[in-house]
Amino acid sequence: MIPEIGHFALILALCVAVMQGSLPIYGAAVGNSALMAVAKPAARAQFLLVLIAFCCLGYAFAEKDFSVLYVAATSNSQLPLHYRLAAIWGAHEGSLLLWTFILTLWMFAVTLFSAHLPETTRSRILGVMGLVSVGFLLFMLTVSNPFERLIPAAPEGRDLNPLLQDPGMVIHPPMLYMGYVGFSVAFAFAIAALLGGNLDAAWARWSRPWTTVAWCFLTIGIALGSGWAYYELGWGGWWFWDPVENASFMPWLAGTALVHSLAVTDKRGGFKVWTVLLAIMAFSLSLLGTFLVRSGVLTSVHAFATDPKRGLFILAFLAIVIGGSLALYAWRAPKVGLGGSFAMLSREGMLLANNVLLVAAMGSVLLGTLYPLFLDALDLGKISVGPPYFDSVFVPLMVPALFLMGIGPLAQWKKASVPDLAKRLKWAFGVSVVSALTLPIVLGSWTPLLSLGLLLAIWIMTTSAIGLRERLAHVNGNSLVERLASVPRSYWGMLVAHCGIAVFIVGVTMVKGFETEKDVRMNVGETASIGDYLFRFDGAQDVVGPNYTAVQGTFSVSRDGRDTTVLYPEKRRYPAQNQVMTEAAIDPGLLRDLYVSLGEPLDDGAWSVRLYHKPFIDWIWGGCFIMALGGALAISDRRYRLAWRRQEQAVPVPTRAARRKVA
Amino acid sequence: MKPRHKRFAFIGLGVLVLGVATVLILNAFQSNLVFFFTPTQVAGGEVPQGKSFRLGGMVEDGSLVRDNDGLTVHFIVTDTAKRVPVTYKGILPDLFKEGKGAVAQGQLGADGTFVASEVLAKHDENYMPPEVAEALAKAKASGAQQSKSLVVPEGRKDSL
Repeated sequence: MIPEIGHFALILALCVAVMQGSLPIYGAAVGNSALMAVAKPAARAQFLLVLIAFCCLGYAFAEKDFSVLYVAATSNSQLPLHYRLAAIWGAHEGSLLLWTFILTLWMFAVTLFSAHLPETTRSRILGVMGLVSVGFLLFMLTVSNPFERLIPAAPEGRDLNPLLQDPGMVIHPPMLYMGYVGFSVAFAFAIAALLGGNLDAAWARWSRPWTTVAWCFLTIGIALGSGWAYYELGWGGWWFWDPVENASFMPWLAGTALVHSLAVTDKRGGFKVWTVLLAIMAFSLSLLGTFLVRSGVLTSVHAFATDPKRGLFILAFLAIVIGGSLALYAWRAPKVGLGGSFAMLSREGMLLANNVLLVAAMGSVLLGTLYPLFLDALDLGKISVGPPYFDSVFVPLMVPALFLMGIGPLAQWKKASVPDLAKRLKWAFGVSVVSALTLPIVLGSWTPLLSLGLLLAIWIMTTSAIGLRERLAHVNGNSLVERLASVPRSYWGMLVAHCGIAVFIVGVTMVKGFETEKDVRMNVGETASIGDYLFRFDGAQDVVGPNYTAVQGTFSVSRDGRDTTVLYPEKRRYPAQNQVMTEAAIDPGLLRDLYVSLGEPLDDGAWSVRLYHKPFIDWIWGGCFIMALGGALAISDRRYRLAWRRQEQAVPVPTRAARRKVA
Repeated sequence: MKPRHKRFAFIGLGVLVLGVATVLILNAFQSNLVFFFTPTQVAGGEVPQGKSFRLGGMVEDGSLVRDNDGLTVHFIVTDTAKRVPVTYKGILPDLFKEGKGAVAQGQLGADGTFVASEVLAKHDENYMPPEVAEALAKAKASGAQQSKSLVVPEGRKDSL
């Protein structure tokens, strides 16, 4: 009964979505406010209906209702409750439901925080989001219904893929989807602006916080996915340039470009057409990511759908959304206008360079991801494009972008001068070069890449410090604390996010430069050393988990004769799918991770064992979280709230003023 | 600078970045593309010498032999028509099993042994890499049945 309620709620949601996607947009076009007024209640009703559907599926999982095909396929009576609930998004159908649910959640948020928007704009935004939702609801109801019954019911479920039975996997997909789907808001803002033909600084100010929130979620989502791959796959790597990873990384690159380009549109009224294009691009790439990952084109743990009808549906949907919005763009963009002029050497110029580089990098990732698919589709042979390709293309494109990151925030808008910049940046440059050259030697090995990485990281840090010092000189306040507090939050946000990048670079550079790994055969009592650490294998015993049995090894780690830690890696067997899983044991630390995973059992109690020493690896994810924190700080800036409050009182005035300023 | 000159400068900059990106991409493609071959293609001498490629097929039953160091393994990859011996030093992925599909990346040695630098992990017991499934189908279609020790599993079994 409960699954039928969920199914019915989805059908109702589709009806509501169709209304929401048509009436308000039409109403905005003809100026009928009764039709436009449909948008808000419709969006809320849709949110409620999809929430009901979502809860119904959750209930089916909690109650182990194996008469629902999806539940039977992705859970098992032995599976603990939290993983049964996470199994809602453990496979294709449920993850689509999660996608749609998050889309309606964003819609609901738009209805809550859009009181300051003009009626026409709001109805267009909600209308566009409604149309996107129509696509996803139709998809679910036609070819991938999570509530499909299995009659007769299965006595036992197939179980969730053991790789996904992990706390990281419980939160990674919702975070990632919050990011993906969050770009739909920026997309809807852009389409609404194209439809209305008015794209001004106020538009950028409204869509900026939404974009930044989505970007923060996406950053965290990607970091979680990368962390999961690191400790769960048992290979010790954190990024494989796997097509699935690329699929989430491309929207991030486009989104990062969008965040910066919106800053220009907001502050200077420039880059308008470009910003709109980026908003379309970011969301299109999110859809493409969903398509790549969920359609079964790519072979990976994420590829659930093997039904060609599904692939076709997503492809058609993709063509309509991307083709339609680009056509609209081509038709309406010339009306939008270009915005103010600026010199090559100015903050706008730097941000433009940053955008071009980010988009070029995104294009190279896109090419490397899709090229094998094209070749295969045209029957020209099977190839794979591996990490060396991405390393050799991506890194050279990012180096200038990272270098400019140090200069951009210090350059004046409109026109900056080289001598002035050189004067302000000279000691930052000196410090960076000297420490980048000497640090690796102090640490024990010098390579050009090591120096380059450290140079960029220190450059970003030192230039941020200079920027902050100059800011402090310009704000009022007696004590340092007072002056620190009066620096706007959005500025802090930028500094923190940029420092997050620096932390990330340090992590990547140090791991690449100093990691050591060893595959060894170890018998009980034998030792192996890696880095400065000595690992002793103390034997293995059997342990029993809730839905698996395992062999657990014991490794004592010591350094210079002093015990550091004891690690317990496991080799698990999940009987439901008769699958073996390596569970690595990690001793994390600020300056290094120690990592042990069991290979295979050999004769006389010996095991093949994989040992890693990974310096600074946690800085990689730490950097991502710092970036997201920077984004959160930027959103909390007073100017957004003030602007909202002001505009609530008198909507047209600031809009007009902003438009004048731009012209 | 006049606005028109400025626009040209911007376009020039964009073209430059695009050009550099293209050169990088082409260069990287040239040296980093990895092709996939079946054992039949390897036996037919279609594979590049001294270049890394991927070999896919079934791991022949009973062919897995481990050296005394516990880390070096030898096995045979077959598409039911031809067989290629493979050597690999390192820890095999969890789902590597005799009688199951596998993909290995490496180079072909002078003695006809494929020296793998990487054996790829697959994520599901019953999952068959599409390349391997296709290789098997091709070999089957050509009708050559030389290796008899092999059982082709009937795709994805539902354990429901």
